[in-house]
Amino acid sequence: MAGQEQQQPQAREVDEDVPEAPPAAPEAQASAATQGVDDLLDEIDGVLESNAEEFVRAFVQKGGQ
Amino acid sequence: MTARPDGAATEALPAGGAMRVMGSETEYGIHAPSAPTANATMMSARIIQAYAQVTRQRAAGGAETRWDYTDEEPLHDARGWTLERSAADPSQLTDQPPVLDAEAVALAYGRQELEADGADETGTLLMNMVLGNGARLYVDHAHPEYSSPEVTNPRDAVIWDAAGDLVALATVRKVAADRDLPPINLYKNNTDNKSVSYGSHENYLMPRSVPFGDIIRGLTPFFVTRQVICGAGRVGLGQDSSQHGYQISQRADFFEAEVGLETTIRRPIINTRDEPHATADKYRRLHVIIGDANLSQASNFLKFGTTATVLSLIEAGQAPHIEIHEPVAALQSVSHDISLTSTIRLLDGRRVSALDIQWMYYEAAAKLAQESGVADSISGDGHTHTVLERWEATLSMLGSDLNSAASSVEWLAKLSLLDGYRQRDGLGWGDARLGLVDLQWADIRPEKGLYYRLLARGRMDRIVDDAQIARAVTEPPRDTRAFFRGRCVTNFGKDVVGASWDSVIFDVPGIGKLQRVPTREPLRGTEELTGPLFARHRDAGSFLAELLGLKSPPPPA
Repeated sequence: MAGQEQQQPQAREVDEDVPEAPPAAPEAQASAATQGVDDLLDEIDGVLESNAEEFVRAFVQKGGQ
Repeated sequence: MTARPDGAATEALPAGGAMRVMGSETEYGIHAPSAPTANATMMSARIIQAYAQVTRQRAAGGAETRWDYTDEEPLHDARGWTLERSAADPSQLTDQPPVLDAEAVALAYGRQELEADGADETGTLLMNMVLGNGARLYVDHAHPEYSSPEVTNPRDAVIWDAAGDLVALATVRKVAADRDLPPINLYKNNTDNKSVSYGSHENYLMPRSVPFGDIIRGLTPFFVTRQVICGAGRVGLGQDSSQHGYQISQRADFFEAEVGLETTIRRPIINTRDEPHATADKYRRLHVIIGDANLSQASNFLKFGTTATVLSLIEAGQAPHIEIHEPVAALQSVSHDISLTSTIRLLDGRRVSALDIQWMYYEAAAKLAQESGVADSISGDGHTHTVLERWEATLSMLGSDLNSAASSVEWLAKLSLLDGYRQRDGLGWGDARLGLVDLQWADIRPEKGLYYRLLARGRMDRIVDDAQIARAVTEPPRDTRAFFRGRCVTNFGKDVVGASWDSVIFDVPGIGKLQRVPTREPLRGTEELTGPLFARHRDAGSFLAELLGLKSPPPPA
């Protein structure tokens, strides 16, 4: 059966481009973090269902516990 | 030979820490985008059917593994009484099989739909399976539900809960591969944001000798505040999301009472359903309905680990003495305070933050663990140390820099993604795209689920290996009765006609009547106790003959 993706790197590798000690200027940290978030959002843009409004509206559940 | 799974218990888990018999229940949100009006119960049955096809698991006669309802007692209240059936909401009557046979379906939906829906040869839709890993997969109301096998520690709770998400994934793939059926999506969340909620429950075994009043007093402040470490996050405020905003918990706005028997209406912070699924005079099964379903392994680990530890505090009489003024309102105000700065009023007049209360529990738990020795890194129980360490680290992060917890605490991980969209695209909390991010966070497909996208990018902490989760899809835990149940299904599936948490029922050719094997001691039926028995027998007849001490094994069929 299909499993989770297992070939992905573990945590921390992704953050390697964040400057380490001594602490960088706050602006530099912020721009590196922003770059990471931008890359992530670009990826998520390609994954999100199209027509958000209709998709969210149609998700109607019957009651549960 | 003491292989019987129901003999007197000699085993006990180390007391005072995070080890105890526990399990999880996940009701998945279910949706077919191309057939939005499809009936939810029918779709849920298709999901169960799909898993039967995936596993080729069919019990005798082509029918499902029936659930044995003998010991289901949903109307027994832990406070000492039983609700009259006539006074119960129909959704509370969970001790009767759901009726969805061919006739009922035909009446409701027409015969053509029935034929298109793939009811099996006997005309009955599959509503229940007992899995080889010891779990139960079934249709609960209008959702497919995976109830994990019993485990003994929070790490295994994470593993076998996540295995349920892989079971769900396998069903979604199977349905998607059938071109005659609309694809079905499953979501590990707890609300549709249109006033409906569905549950993620936890179960913890406790000695019956602990007074229920102590449990209520000891747990309520903990349950009001534990969402800061294990909330899954939700876009929208109020049951119907009529107010825009973000909150910590999926479930908080759906709770309306402090204590009660119900799980589908007037939901209580402390649920009193008294169905031990075990030797009733020794144990109670604490049924916890207030949690969010977690994808984050760190949040899920802390949810089970800290709750099990707090129950140990209550058993030892060492829970902090905290009484919250109006706990239901406090539960919601904590959930709505995403800066973690507001305070809760206590009955003694003090005002404390949710984090303050969590620290009080942490300190009491650390003290008890120190006294009992269970948290020792060498001679301890192997779990409590990790729980306390993570709990302390998480509370420290939440008290200093919320962003630092975004790779572990689920509501903060989701919030970091939402904030990214808000900043990049200037979206307000009422924007449908943020609602979609919230919903799709919980899609259980790794290519579509946003939690899984973050996990793949290394932005979410892993506590367990993917390989351990994958193995738990088919392998039962070794150290509880789930081992016996799971192995019976795997090895003798065609002769198992029914099962429940505390029984397995065989119909073996050559033995005249059904054989019900009780499994009322959760720490028996383990691999250690029953593994050799399974190894010695290839057929159910000789297995049962040795297990039950029958005079002579029946001849092979």
